[in-house]
Amino acid sequence: MTVNAERSGRETGPWRRESRARHFRERVIKILLAACAYVSVLTTFGIVFVLIFETINFFREVSIVEFLTSTTWSAAFANPKFGIVVLISGTLLTTVIAIAVALPVGLLAAIYLSEYASARLRRWLKPALEVLAGVPTIVYGYFALTFVTPLLQSTIFPSLTIFNALSAGLVMGVMIIPTIASVSEDAIYAVPHSLREGAYALGATKREVATRIVVPAALSGIVAAVILGISRAVGETMIVAIAAGALAQFDFNPLNPAQTMTAFIVQVASGDTPTGSLTYNTIFAVGMTLFVMTMILNVISYLFVRRFRETCE
Amino acid sequence: MTQGYAKTTREEGAGQGPVFKSPTRVRYALDWVFRGLVFVATLIGLVVLAVLLIDVAWDGVPRLGWGFLTNFPSVSAERSGIYPALLGSLLLLLHTAVISVPLGVGAAIYLEEYAPDNWLTRLIEVNISNLAGVPSIIYGLLGLGIFVNLLGPVTGGQSIISGALTLSLLILPVIIIATREALRAIPDTVREGGFALGATRWEVIRSHLLPMAIPGALTGTILALARAVGEAAPLIVVGAATFITFAPSGPLSAYSALPIQIYAWISQPQPAFQVNAAAAIVVLMIVLLITNSLAIWLRNKYQRRG
Repeated sequence: MTVNAERSGRETGPWRRESRARHFRERVIKILLAACAYVSVLTTFGIVFVLIFETINFFREVSIVEFLTSTTWSAAFANPKFGIVVLISGTLLTTVIAIAVALPVGLLAAIYLSEYASARLRRWLKPALEVLAGVPTIVYGYFALTFVTPLLQSTIFPSLTIFNALSAGLVMGVMIIPTIASVSEDAIYAVPHSLREGAYALGATKREVATRIVVPAALSGIVAAVILGISRAVGETMIVAIAAGALAQFDFNPLNPAQTMTAFIVQVASGDTPTGSLTYNTIFAVGMTLFVMTMILNVISYLFVRRFRETCE
Repeated sequence: MTQGYAKTTREEGAGQGPVFKSPTRVRYALDWVFRGLVFVATLIGLVVLAVLLIDVAWDGVPRLGWGFLTNFPSVSAERSGIYPALLGSLLLLLHTAVISVPLGVGAAIYLEEYAPDNWLTRLIEVNISNLAGVPSIIYGLLGLGIFVNLLGPVTGGQSIISGALTLSLLILPVIIIATREALRAIPDTVREGGFALGATRWEVIRSHLLPMAIPGALTGTILALARAVGEAAPLIVVGAATFITFAPSGPLSAYSALPIQIYAWISQPQPAFQVNAAAAIVVLMIVLLITNSLAIWLRNKYQRRG
């Protein structure tokens, strides 16, 4: 045995004897792989660090009270006002429109896929719906601006401005359909069959089983799906940057232009902004607000998914 | 668990009266209506997708031509082309792949094969799923703060490498999750067989686990890279240029990218530039179609074998 070990000074694959070099190599590889895993932690630290650092710089020049309470946002003007409420109202408006589209359509599609579609059809429809989520958002933006807005102008809303919250919200809703459909479908699919069979045995029809037994049983999973959808809508950038315009105003009329938090960041970033200027710091303060909002939504969604798993699995 | 069912049933039981009051015929008629409704809801998304694709193709395809692919952007819409943007996107894709694939696969191997089951590992896992939900524009702000400004002297500021690093961090969670799933699907008997023959953990990983996990990991990775190619928001923030009159030469070069060029053209008021945007979208969609088909083809090829 020892002779063998001494003879094979060269590495010859998995048959080598224990050697110090081999142990050393294992340790190095393990450390390298762990380092890769810690990159994700570093990323989070990086995001939080950058946002906090620049946001502090921002609040050195702008009072936090004005940021949270003012109802005017005019970052680009000579005498700038920074009321984040205005950008949040724009974000809220487009998000509400998007969810008004994506929630009913996504939920009904989830019911169809899980309760009605044959296994073969389901195998085709699910990936086809996923394609909607894979289309780049810039393409949706183009579609909203050059197709949906003119269509709405010539049919239902002649007073619609070229840039408006309605088209952006509607198209964003279509983009979010697969998110809501696929997460709630997972929840609906996971509802145990015994529940359905019990209801059928009591004489319920298929619709009654779907709407009164299955959907309530999967409710926390569906809520998680909707919150995830809201989080997507809040963070969505290119559709609103292209189709909703760049007019920051405290106004909830969907026929008018609206500026969201994300669209503001894009507007500033596509111009020439010197590093360290107040405008430069502003996009980080807005980004911080956006980050905190989506983080809270994601955590709530996660808690609902966990609750669903506890009750149903 | 049983309590959950009992609760639902009891609640339903309480509302028993109204539930079964209407005549059977009405209930079955409503069933047909509902069936139609859910079917239509499923189709809505697909119909919009079809309309979108037709609209873009209708606007853009007539503008396509050799000149459009090989020209530089210009003040004249008719003479403009996407050559630097297309090249920039391909270079970004290449750099992003080189950075993100080893990092993502390495992290996945560590978490699946090495990491002890303790609070630190769980922290990393929660953190990764959290990162997957962070809006892409936030990654842009991260890239602007760290890669463009803080590391500017190394990365050259608004350069391809800054953009690629930003996109890498953006898609890293997706690659890690896909690779972990592929590794988890390998039965433990493979690992035990390797150990029984005296192989170390890494030897088992390199000789057996990685080759077996590659198809699944590759599919997820290609889909993630396709997503990176279509991203515009983070690249705008880290300073991809909208009007560029030279081809990007290397990692430290200034650059444009297809989605950025599209955004720049959409923002122009003249209709001729909108047509350019549509044509560039067609090119972008073809690039995505090719990468996604490759992923699906790979998955089907290896699934059948397994």
